[in-house]
Amino acid sequence: MMLKIEDLHASIEDNEILRGVNLELNAGEVHAIMGPNGSGKSTLANVLIGREGYDVSGSVRFQGQDLLALSPEDRAAAGVFLAFQHPVEIPGVGNLYFMRTALNSLRRQRGQDELDPVEFLVLAQERMKLVEMDQSFMSRSVNEGFSGGEKKRNEILQMAILEPKLAILDETDSGLDIDALRVVANGVNALRSEGRGMLVITHHQRLLDYIVPDRVHVMAAGQIVRSGDKDLALELEKHGYTTLGERHSSGRRAPVGATR
Amino acid sequence: MTTATAAGGVFSSFQPQRDGRDPDWLAEARLAALDWVAGHGFPTRKDEDWKYTGLDPILAVPFEAATVESGRRVSADLIKAAAVDLGGARLVFVNGHFASELSRLTGLPAGARVTNLASVLAAKPECLEPFFSHVPGEHHAFAAFNDALTEDGAFVHLTPGTSVNEPIQLVFFSDTGGVPLMSSPRSVILAEPGSRATIVETYAGIDGDLYCTNAVTEVVVAEGAQIEHYKVQDEPVSAFHLALLDVRQGRNSGFSSRSVMLGSSIARHEVRVLLEDVGAEASLDGVYLPQGDQLHDNTIFVDHAAASCTSHQLYKGVLDGRGHGVFNGHIMVRPGADGTDANQKNKNLILSDRAEADTRPRLEIYTDDVKCTHGAAVGQLDQDALLYLRARGIPLEAARGLLVDAFVHEMLDRIELEPLRARLEALVAGRFGKRERPIEP
Repeated sequence: MMLKIEDLHASIEDNEILRGVNLELNAGEVHAIMGPNGSGKSTLANVLIGREGYDVSGSVRFQGQDLLALSPEDRAAAGVFLAFQHPVEIPGVGNLYFMRTALNSLRRQRGQDELDPVEFLVLAQERMKLVEMDQSFMSRSVNEGFSGGEKKRNEILQMAILEPKLAILDETDSGLDIDALRVVANGVNALRSEGRGMLVITHHQRLLDYIVPDRVHVMAAGQIVRSGDKDLALELEKHGYTTLGERHSSGRRAPVGATR
Repeated sequence: MTTATAAGGVFSSFQPQRDGRDPDWLAEARLAALDWVAGHGFPTRKDEDWKYTGLDPILAVPFEAATVESGRRVSADLIKAAAVDLGGARLVFVNGHFASELSRLTGLPAGARVTNLASVLAAKPECLEPFFSHVPGEHHAFAAFNDALTEDGAFVHLTPGTSVNEPIQLVFFSDTGGVPLMSSPRSVILAEPGSRATIVETYAGIDGDLYCTNAVTEVVVAEGAQIEHYKVQDEPVSAFHLALLDVRQGRNSGFSSRSVMLGSSIARHEVRVLLEDVGAEASLDGVYLPQGDQLHDNTIFVDHAAASCTSHQLYKGVLDGRGHGVFNGHIMVRPGADGTDANQKNKNLILSDRAEADTRPRLEIYTDDVKCTHGAAVGQLDQDALLYLRARGIPLEAARGLLVDAFVHEMLDRIELEPLRARLEALVAGRFGKRERPIEP
C-alpha cells in the first residue's frame, strides 16, 4: 500500500471541510477524485502536501510513514508531489534555476550527488519534450506571465524532472483548451509507471478521456461518497453529481474550460 | 531647525589641522563651518530629516580626526578582497587619505583628469573654491564637519566630450590601528558638457574597528553629460557611516545612482539632486539590508528646479533581526518646473517580528503641469510562494533565501558592471543562506 488515508478531517476556523476521508492507493495505480466545487477536493490535496492553516485529524500513511508529521519539504523528499491548481508566480526566480535547486535539494536529502548546471540542463531539455515546452520558458521567472496552459505544462515538467512516487494533480485540466489538455495528458501518461501512484483531482470527466484511471472516487461535502471503476466517471458525466443524492455545499457548476 | 545636543561636545573640540596649508578662502570656509556646527549642534530626532535616526551612539564616541599621519600600510590583498578590481582607474584611500602605492591612474583618455583632492588643494586650490563656498551648514552638521575637516578624497575632471569607458573606482578603506577615527573624505566629480563616465565608490574596513566615515561626494553633471554612480557601503558593523552625495545637473544631462547598503551599525546615505536646467534626467536606486541591530537610513531629496526634467527613485529594503530601515524620500517641484515627470517607490520586505521599516515618500509640488507618483509597501514573504518552493523539496531556509534574492535581484540586475554585480550577488547571498551556483546557460 502506497497511500492510506483514514478518517481524515480538516477544518479552517471551525469550518469543517474534510469530514472523514478514507482512501487507499497502490503503487502503479491512477485514481481520479471527482466532485462538485466546494466538496473538499483541493483541500485534500493541500492537506496532503502540508499547507498550513488547517486543523487536521485522522491518519495519512505514505509508504508506511506518518505523512502528516512531516514538513512540506520532507514530504517532497519522501516522494509526494502536487501539481498545483493555481501555480504561484515567483518574479525574480528563474524557472530553470528553481527546478535545479528543487531537484538538488531532493537529491541532497536522499543522499544522492547533486547535478551540476550542465548535467541538469541536459535532463531538463529531455523532459521538456514531454510537455512540448521550448527553452524560452526556462529563462523566464517561475510562472511569471505564463498563460494558464503554460503554467500547467510547467507543473507537469516539474513532475517529470522531480520524478515523485506519488503525484497529485489538482484540477490540472482547468483553464486548458483541448490542445493544451492533450499535451498535458500525454505528459502525465508518459509518467505513469509501476512504481508511481497518481491522484487526479478533476471537476470534469473530459480529462479522464485522456488519462484513464484505475479507480474513480466521488467526493461530496468532505467525504468520498462513491467509488468505482472508470465507468463511474461516465455515469457522472451523464447524470451530474446531483444524482448522488448528496447535499453539496456549493451547487454552482462552472462552464467547461472556464474554471480556475 | 537643528538643536544642540550635549554629546556634541566631544566633536566641538575638532579643529582643522592645516598649519597654513589652506588658501585664505578655504581656511575661512572651514572656520565658518565649525562655527556653524558649534552654534547649531548636531541634528536630533526632532529634526524632520533625522526623525528615525538617532546619532547619540556616534556622538558618544571620542573620535579623533584622521589626518595624513593616520595613514597606515594596508596590503594590496586586503584592498582586493574588500573591493573587486573593475580594471579601470582605481583610487584607494586609507582612513580618508590617498594611498598612491595601492592606486592605479593609468589607461585614462587625455580629457580625463583623475587624481586625489589633496594634490589639487596643494597645486591649484582655486578650482575647488566653488565646492567649498556653500552657505555653511546648508545641509546639516555632518556635511559642515566634512567641510571643516576634509583633507583628501577623489578628484575627477572630465573635459567637454570626454568619454571614459572603464569604470573609475574609488575605494575608501579604513584601518584604524585601534584609534577611533573620524575620516572625512571629500570627492569632487566634475563632468563638463557631453562627457561620460562611471564612478564606483566602495567603503570597507576591518571587522571590529571603531570608526566613523563622514563622506561627501559632489557631482556636477553639465549639459548633455552622463554620469553613472555606484556606491557599495560594506563597512564592518563596528563602524558608522554617514554620507552625502550632492548632485547638480545641467541641461539634458543624465545621472544615475545605485546604492547597496550592507554594513555599519548606523549608516545614512543621503542623496540630493538638483535638476537645474531643462531636460535633465536622474535615476536613483538603492538596496538596504539591515540585520542584527543595524540601522540603514536612505534620505533622498530631488529638486525639480527646471522644466521637463525626469526623476525616478526605487529603493528596496530587506529587514531582518532587529534591523531598522529608513526611506525618507522628498521630491520638490518648483514653480515653473512644468512637464516634470517624477516618481518614487519604496518596497520593504520584513523577515523578522523585531525588524522595523520606516518609509516616508513625500511630494511637494508647486506647479500644475506635472506627472508625479509615489508609493511605499511593507510586506512579508509571500506564503504561497514559500509553500510552492517547499513542496518541491526546497527546505524552508533555502526557500526564504531564494525569495529574498528574487526581491533584491530586481535591483542588482540593473547593475551593468558584470564583476560588480557578481560580487554583490555573492555578498547578498552570503547573508541569506546557501544558494545553487547561479550559472545559467
